[in-house]
Amino acid sequence: MSHSDGTSGGDDFPFQTPTTGETTREERWSRTIDRTILAPMRIILSDWRGKVGVTILALYLFMGIAGPYLISPPETDTAHTLVGPFEMWQYPLGTDSSGRSLLADVVHATPPMLKMVFAGGVFAVTVGSIVGMVAGYKGGRVDQALMVITDSLMAIPGLPLIIVLAFLFEPRNPYLVGVILAIPAWAVLARSIRSQMLPLRNVEYVEANRLMGISTWKIILKDIAPNLMPYILVSFVSASRGIVFDSVALYFLGVLPTTDPNWGVTMDTAYSSGGALYSWGAAHWLIAPMLAVVFLSLGLILVAQAADKLFNPRIRARHQKTTASEDDEGEHEPQTPANANVR
Amino acid sequence: MHWVLKRAARAGFTVFLVVHFTFLLVHFLPGSPMDYLQAQLSRQQGLSEGEIEAMAAVYLNMHPEASIGEQYVDYMSSLLTGDLGTSIYFNESVAELLGTAIPWTVFLMLNAIAISFAIGISLGALMAYLEGSRFDNVMTVVAIVSNSIPYYIIAILLVYLLGHQLDLFPVTGRYDDRTTPGLNVPFLSSVVYHATLPALSWAFAGLGGWALAMRANSISILGEDYLRVGRLRGLPTRRLTLRYVARNAVLPLYTNMMVVIGYAFGGAVVLETIFVYRGVGYYLFRGIEARDFPLMMGAFIVITIAVVTALFLAELTYGKLDPRAQEGGTDESF
Repeated sequence: MSHSDGTSGGDDFPFQTPTTGETTREERWSRTIDRTILAPMRIILSDWRGKVGVTILALYLFMGIAGPYLISPPETDTAHTLVGPFEMWQYPLGTDSSGRSLLADVVHATPPMLKMVFAGGVFAVTVGSIVGMVAGYKGGRVDQALMVITDSLMAIPGLPLIIVLAFLFEPRNPYLVGVILAIPAWAVLARSIRSQMLPLRNVEYVEANRLMGISTWKIILKDIAPNLMPYILVSFVSASRGIVFDSVALYFLGVLPTTDPNWGVTMDTAYSSGGALYSWGAAHWLIAPMLAVVFLSLGLILVAQAADKLFNPRIRARHQKTTASEDDEGEHEPQTPANANVR
Repeated sequence: MHWVLKRAARAGFTVFLVVHFTFLLVHFLPGSPMDYLQAQLSRQQGLSEGEIEAMAAVYLNMHPEASIGEQYVDYMSSLLTGDLGTSIYFNESVAELLGTAIPWTVFLMLNAIAISFAIGISLGALMAYLEGSRFDNVMTVVAIVSNSIPYYIIAILLVYLLGHQLDLFPVTGRYDDRTTPGLNVPFLSSVVYHATLPALSWAFAGLGGWALAMRANSISILGEDYLRVGRLRGLPTRRLTLRYVARNAVLPLYTNMMVVIGYAFGGAVVLETIFVYRGVGYYLFRGIEARDFPLMMGAFIVITIAVVTALFLAELTYGKLDPRAQEGGTDESF
């Protein structure tokens, strides 16, 4: 692993002479991007789980971005109520009891869901990593204070808290819903980022920077954050899955005000008023949104599973183009960090 | 400070936070429960202003016209005596309603966690033992799929399949009304019978995660040197698998348990609503649905206390199992 990113490559360092003598700004940038984004992507894609997972997520992304333009929003069509799936070309997934196309329903629920996931994931990851990194790096009193807060918040059951908040604020904007759903998620993340941080705080180059009087923020952002990038990525994916689960649960219960279509809302109407439980003819109405939820979370889990390999530094080094070395041949079982997927 | 005291203090702090959070919500939010309740009451019958205020005080444990300080003292002191106000919807004491409900939630969710944990880690251990075999590959896929289905979807499917179609299990209620509650066989068996579907839905959704984590942990331990030494010493396989591998692989999962406990009690809200299982989660949902603030806030506080207690007990046992947990971080500060 190259640690020379923070400092300009100087020739006066006899043991670490860069081949070109000088690293330009662009080179450093491309190296950072290669190390923190491209290499993890390559590792994820080298695994079958990663391939399938990324494909599924790409499909959802396509459905969320292009879907609403390709498929018109669901409209009532009293002539074709409860059409089964694959019966009519016009309604590939069938229709509900008022003749609304279920495919359109599922597709038009995707953009708000992606917005929620994005907003919530970004919120949880940002707050979680800042708190975790600062606590882990600073140590001492700061660490204790931050961890007391984090631990106390972690012990508050998430879903009831979200339900109470959602009830009081009645959020309609999907971004806001996402942030509210992510409120309980960041604490767990801060805890795990902190424990990832502990071994890093005493690494030589960090110590050197500290002795040179470089500010804490600069050290955290420039020297430490890149090393935690893969972990943060995986946390983003796990947090996203939690948001998908919780948001659908809340829409299913009818706790959140419904403005946009949502898979949970569709499930709720099918379950409570559509009688999908009692007659086979209406079952597809319930199954379509269920599959939408399950596949999205399946995609997220597969990516997170494939990303577990990121924590093995040898595998990581092999996939870095800029700093690749040939001497790592042996395949090692990835050291799994306290698995983030158990919930 | 002794670590047990530390943990206890932290648990207390969480409850302190939640209680103050609810107080702030009741008091300061625009269109707060206080205003809402007064509006609700004044709409109901031709009550005088004074009567409305008196009733609001009974429901929410604070007098609308009192100063903030007095309201705070009122609210906190009644909470300390175990008075959570009166439910508007059920017109009963919230503490009594929830007091009878909480054992059911604890019973249901602890069983659900225990089932998913037991099956999950056994599967994971078996998968690790047979690593690379067809069983391992198939079960990995099954575990990933089980992990990606939310528990409430499994609940709905179970209700449909085992409840309505095959008519094997009851889909609502906590026990059979024809039995008399008490320590008798028909009652207890009907309790278990009614809890089966909700517990299974949770267990089924959770076991994949446990299995995968257990598999990963066991595999990394199977490569350890001390295991090879143990084998060379000719220790019996039983001892190796149970004491050397299983124990060390399970310990790290204990921290996951902390997260799962909180998550499970949260999930109880959804599960109990689907199965009309009158636990605390069910009442939280009813409180939300009926805009019954005292019930909603009370249920939230009670769930939090349950989770905090469970976490505290889990941490105490963990401290016994793994002495490292008792040491605090004593790093120097930068």
